[in-house]
Amino acid sequence: MQNSRLLETGVGLFVLLGLGALLILALKVSNISAFQQTQGYDVIAQFQNIGGLKVRAPVTLAGVPVGRVENIAVDPKTFEARVVLTISDKYANLPQDTSASIYTAGLLGEQYIGLQPGGMDEVLKPGDEIMLTQSAVVLEQLIGQFLYSTAAGTSKSNTDGGQEP
Amino acid sequence: MIEWLRLFGEQTLAATARLGRGHMFLLRVLLGLPGLLRRPGLVINQIYATGVLSLLIIAVSGLFVGMVLGLQGYNTLVSFGAEQSLGVLVALSLTRELGPVVSALLFSGRAGSALTAEIGLMKATEQLSGMEMMAVDPERRIVAPRLLGGMIALPLLAAIFTLVGVFGGYFVGTVLLGVDSGAFWSQMQAQVSFTEDVVNGVIKSLVFGFVVTWTAVFEGVDCTPTSEGVSRATTRTVVHSSLAVLGLDFILTALMFD
Amino acid sequence: MATDTGGRTNDCVVEIENLHFSRGTRQIFAGVNISIRRGEVAAIMGPSGTGKTTLLRLIGGQLRPDAGRIRIDGVDVHTLKRRALYQLRKRMGMLFQSGALFTHLNCFENVAFPLREHTRLSQALIRHLVLIKLEAVGLRGAHALYPAELSGGMARRVALARALALDPMVVMYDEPFSGQDPISMGILVRLIRLLNDALGLTSIVVSHDVAETAEIADRVHVISAGKVVESGSPQALRASSSEWVQQFLNALPDGPVPFHYPGPSLEEDLLGHRGAGAAL
Ligand SMILES: Nc1ncnc2c1ncn2[C@@H]1O[C@H](COP(=O)(O)OP(=O)(O)OP(=O)(O)O)[C@@H](O)[C@H]1O
Ligand SMILES: [Mg+2]
Repeated sequence: MQNSRLLETGVGLFVLLGLGALLILALKVSNISAFQQTQGYDVIAQFQNIGGLKVRAPVTLAGVPVGRVENIAVDPKTFEARVVLTISDKYANLPQDTSASIYTAGLLGEQYIGLQPGGMDEVLKPGDEIMLTQSAVVLEQLIGQFLYSTAAGTSKSNTDGGQEP
Repeated sequence: MIEWLRLFGEQTLAATARLGRGHMFLLRVLLGLPGLLRRPGLVINQIYATGVLSLLIIAVSGLFVGMVLGLQGYNTLVSFGAEQSLGVLVALSLTRELGPVVSALLFSGRAGSALTAEIGLMKATEQLSGMEMMAVDPERRIVAPRLLGGMIALPLLAAIFTLVGVFGGYFVGTVLLGVDSGAFWSQMQAQVSFTEDVVNGVIKSLVFGFVVTWTAVFEGVDCTPTSEGVSRATTRTVVHSSLAVLGLDFILTALMFD
Repeated sequence: MATDTGGRTNDCVVEIENLHFSRGTRQIFAGVNISIRRGEVAAIMGPSGTGKTTLLRLIGGQLRPDAGRIRIDGVDVHTLKRRALYQLRKRMGMLFQSGALFTHLNCFENVAFPLREHTRLSQALIRHLVLIKLEAVGLRGAHALYPAELSGGMARRVALARALALDPMVVMYDEPFSGQDPISMGILVRLIRLLNDALGLTSIVVSHDVAETAEIADRVHVISAGKVVESGSPQALRASSSEWVQQFLNALPDGPVPFHYPGPSLEEDLLGHRGAGAAL
C-alpha cells in the first residue's frame, strides 16, 4: 500500500507538472495574454503601403506597447490599406493629430506601428481616423533608390574623371 | 528473378496482413477503454511507467535541445542584427516541431520498447494465455491501460520538454550571450500564437502518443513468443514508430501550417 | 464417484465429440471422443507431443477445432460469443504446464488476481481466502516471494492455488506433478482428489506419472496419434490386452509407441546431403 501511495503521488506530480508546463507555455511563451487585453477602443489609419504588417502586430507609443493591430483590409474607394488599431483604454487621451508610422524592429524584424502624439487638445475617440500616416519602408524600393542614386553618382564621376587613363 | 518477385509479393502480403491485424486489434482495445473508467488505478500505474520514468530523459534532452537552439540561433541571427528575435526562433521551433517530435522519438525508445518487451515476454511465458483462461481479457486488462497511459503521458512530456527547452534557450541566449531578456520574452510572446503554435503542438503530441503506444502494444501482442521474437518486436517498435512519427509530422505540419 | 446432480439426465460435464484439429499440415487430433462425468477425476495420458496441452486449450476455448464439438455443461464452447465464453471460463480453472505466474506480482497477489478481477470481496476476505489456498499447497510462508524467487515445483504449486482461487466447476491440470519431490507429489496427488470430492469439482489431469495418476483417477484416457486408444478405469487399463497400453503403462522401451517425432530415418539424416539441423 505504501508503495502504491508513492506511485500515485508521483503520477499526480507528473500530471501537474505537465499541465503546469502547458499553462506556462500558454501564458508566458505565447500570446494568450492578447486575448484578455482586448478592452480598448478602435481607431482607423490608412496607409499607402503597409509592407509586412500583420494582424496582432504591436502598436507602440514612445516605444511602449499600447495596443495591437486588429484588422487589415483594403479601402474599396481609395485602394489604400485600412488598418484598425485597438488601443488600450489606459491611453484614451491621445491627441486628435497623432500620427502613425510603420516601423521595422531591426533590419529584418517584425513590423509594428509607432504613434507620435501631436499637440491638439481634442482627443481621439473610438472610430476616429488618424489622418497623418507614414507608410512602411519597403526594402526593395529603398534599394532601388539607392542603386539609382549610386548609379547616377558613378556616371557623374565617370564623366568628371574622363581624362584619366 | 522470379524468386525475388515471389519474395516481394510475400513481404507485401505479410505487411498488409499485419496492418489489418493491427487495426482489428486497435478496434478491440478501443472497445475496452470505457471499462477503464471503473479502474483508474490501472491507468495510473501505466502513466507512472511510461511518463514519470521518462521524465528525466525528456527534461535533460529538452534542456540541451533548447540550449543548442539558443546557440545556433544566436549565431545565425546576430549576423542580421536580429538577435532580439532569438526567443521567437527558439519558442517556435520547440512548440511546433522539436517538442512534439523529439519527445515522441525519445518516448518510443524509452517507453515504447519497454512496453513491447513487457507484453511480448508476458506472451512468451504464457501469462497472457493464463489470464485469458482466468476469464480476464488481456486486451482490456493489459493493453488498454497501456494505450491510454501512453496517450496521456506523451503530451505532458512534450509540454515539459518544450518548456524546459525554452528556458534552455533563454539561459544560453540571455545569460551567456547577452541578448536582452525583455526583448527575448516580448518578441516571443508577440510572435508565438497560442491557438496556432501551442495548441497545434499539443495536437501533434497527442497523435504521436497514440501512434507510438499503439505500435508498441501491437508489436508486443503480435510477436513470436520466443526470446528472439521479443527482441525483434522491440526493434520493430522503435523503428516503425519513429518512422511513423516523422512521416505523420510532415503530414500534420502540412495540414496545420499551410 | 460420480454423483447425480439435481436430476440432470446428462451428467457429463465435458463432452468431446469427433474432434479434429491440426497445426499447419500436422494433424494433431483425428476424431477424438471423450466424455467426462460430473465429479470425476479424469486422467489424460499419452506420449509427449501427442497434443494433451492442445486438448486442454481446445476445451478452454483458446483454440478452435477444425471439426467436431466440445461441450461443457451442455454448451458448445466454440459457438459462444466472447462475453459468454468469458463467463464460462470463470467456472474453469487451469494449471498451465509452465505455471504462467505473473512475474510482476508476488505469490499472494498472483493467487488474489482472479479474486480481485471477478469479485468485490473485501481486502480482509481476499487475504483470508488466498492464505487458505496457499496453505493447501504448502506455500503460505512464501506468500511474499516473487515468481523469480521460486523453484519450478513451487511455482507450479502457486499456480495450482491460483487455478483453484475462484472455486471453479472444472479444473484442468497440465502436468501438476512434474518437478515435485516425492513428498509434495504425494500431497498434491491427495490434494487433487480431496478438493475434487470436497468441493464437488470435475478434474482433468494431464500427467505422465502413471502410478500417481492411477491412484486418483476414476477414468484414464490414453491418446496416441490423434485418437483415443483406450479409455477406462485404471484397473481396466492395467488389464488391457492392448500392446500399446501395456508398453505405455509399464514404460517399456520397445513396442508400438514411437519415441521419435516423425521424420526421416537417422541414417538418412546423417548421411544425406540435405542438412536437417538449422544453424543456430
Ligand atoms: N504453437 C504451435 N505451433 C505449431 N505447432 C505446435 C504449437 N504448439 C504445439 N504444437 C505441436 O502440437 C503438438 C502437440 O503439442 P502439445 O503441447 O499439445 O503436446 P503435449 O501432449 O502437451 O506434450 P507434452 O507432454 O510434452 O507437454 C506437438 O507436436 C507440437 O509440435
Ligand atoms: Mg503439454
